[in-house]
Amino acid sequence: MTAARELKITPIKNGTVIDHIGNGLALEVLRIIGIDEIDKDSTVSVALHVRSQKIGWKDIVKVENMELSPRKANAIALIAPTATISIIRDFRVREKRAVDLPDRIVGILKCPNPSCISNQREPVESEFDVVRRRPVVLRCIYCERLVDDFHPHAA
Amino acid sequence: MGFKGRDVISIRDFSREEIEEILRASRRMIPLAEGKKTSHALDGKILTLAFLEPSTRTRLSFEAAMARLGGSCVTIADPAVSSLRKGETLHDTIRVLSSYGDAIVLRHPNEGAARLAAQASAKPVINGGDGAGQHPTQTLLDLATIEEAFGTLSGLRVVLVGDLKYGRTVHSLAHALAIFGSEIVLCAPPTLGLPAEVREHLETIGAKVTVEDELSRAVRDADVLYVTRIQRERFGDEREFAKVSGSYRIDRALLANAKPKLAVLHPLPRTGEVAPELDDTPHAAYFRQAFLGVPVRMALLALLLTGKVP
Ligand SMILES: Nc1ncnc2c1ncn2[C@@H]1O[C@H](COP(=O)(O)OP(=O)(O)OP(=O)(O)O)[C@@H](O)[C@H]1O
Ligand SMILES: [Mg+2]
Ligand SMILES: [Zn+2]
Repeated sequence: MTAARELKITPIKNGTVIDHIGNGLALEVLRIIGIDEIDKDSTVSVALHVRSQKIGWKDIVKVENMELSPRKANAIALIAPTATISIIRDFRVREKRAVDLPDRIVGILKCPNPSCISNQREPVESEFDVVRRRPVVLRCIYCERLVDDFHPHAA
Repeated sequence: MGFKGRDVISIRDFSREEIEEILRASRRMIPLAEGKKTSHALDGKILTLAFLEPSTRTRLSFEAAMARLGGSCVTIADPAVSSLRKGETLHDTIRVLSSYGDAIVLRHPNEGAARLAAQASAKPVINGGDGAGQHPTQTLLDLATIEEAFGTLSGLRVVLVGDLKYGRTVHSLAHALAIFGSEIVLCAPPTLGLPAEVREHLETIGAKVTVEDELSRAVRDADVLYVTRIQRERFGDEREFAKVSGSYRIDRALLANAKPKLAVLHPLPRTGEVAPELDDTPHAAYFRQAFLGVPVRMALLALLLTGKVP
């Protein structure tokens, strides 16, 4: 059942709700979603420090008029492995899934190595192999740099 | 195991068995590389050398390797003349160049360039060094030198000396030594130690890695000293550089109590890290190491282009 209290903040007709984000990580999640992806007439609401039965304190992000792509949904697992994604259509939860970190992350993160070929003007997306899951460590498939500090950028 | 048509981007792409197979093939190439036998195994084949950053030795040893097997090369030796200067992407350059020959060697200032080239090219790409990144044929010739000296790559104690932070050859060499089960001893100035993530990687693949700050102690039971250049530009202060580089100098006095079979390797050119007085001792393996670059590259080219060695 949807908690009426949470709904009262921002009921949306169509969009995506990312719930159960670890406390304080909502803005990082927004960076993965990519602000420029979001329809300019739509509302994004962020609830910080919300009481949660499952994980103590949590953050919630709700984005109107956008259905998060599976690629981005999975990339969210990088920083918010406990997140759940609900797709809302006509005010109701139509799809709901846990995030699942894939073996490869494509086009979401920027390689931190400025001299990496993926940061030059070349027609390629950034790409990382997940080499460890807990805690997450990635390796750039181009320069092979290991990354454990993520700075998502809109891709 | 199939080598035909494969890319050679990082030593990581090869299993222990595959590296062993390349080294076996390299040994068979030695009489050909010395000019004692001739071969036409690569008759009519063309290797494209795209050196978008200068490197004379790597380029010349590829040219020699190709010539010894009867093939030929087309070469960009100077990045200033290449269309990359006119703003063409590497992706496009490789797409075009790869259509001129049967395989391509790329030397490039940016890390990961060879991986990108492999995506753009329909022909095999060999990484001839990408920035501070990988240089797998260097690693293979380092391994060939150690194996020739000891008959094995396992159970050795290999001391990596000098700049272990920026020295690109040592990271891939350490990875390869680890998969062969040799012990790695790190001996570097405090500011030039092995990056933490590289050390962590070595440990996750089961390497035995130890640190020995004192070079004279590290030498004592070493089988191999792999010496790298300490570059002046890593130090702000001239005197600090002189002090540090002076304390990592390999000479006869330092090796007085070393094992008789100790082999000293250096990717060359050296600037002062290895005293010339070592050149005519049995410890000096670095000129042999440079020569072995030819048979190792011959073996690789034959395997990539024909799937077999003559
Ligand atoms: N129309 C809507 N507008 C905005 N948010 C909604 C809407 N419908 C549901 N949500 C939110 O979507 C998320 C999932 O909804 P659901 O009804 O499955 O909640 P739940 O029963 O609390 O599930 P969970 O076990 O995932 O916490 C919740 O955060 C809920 O507040
Ligand atoms: Mg709930
Ligand atoms: Zn990179």
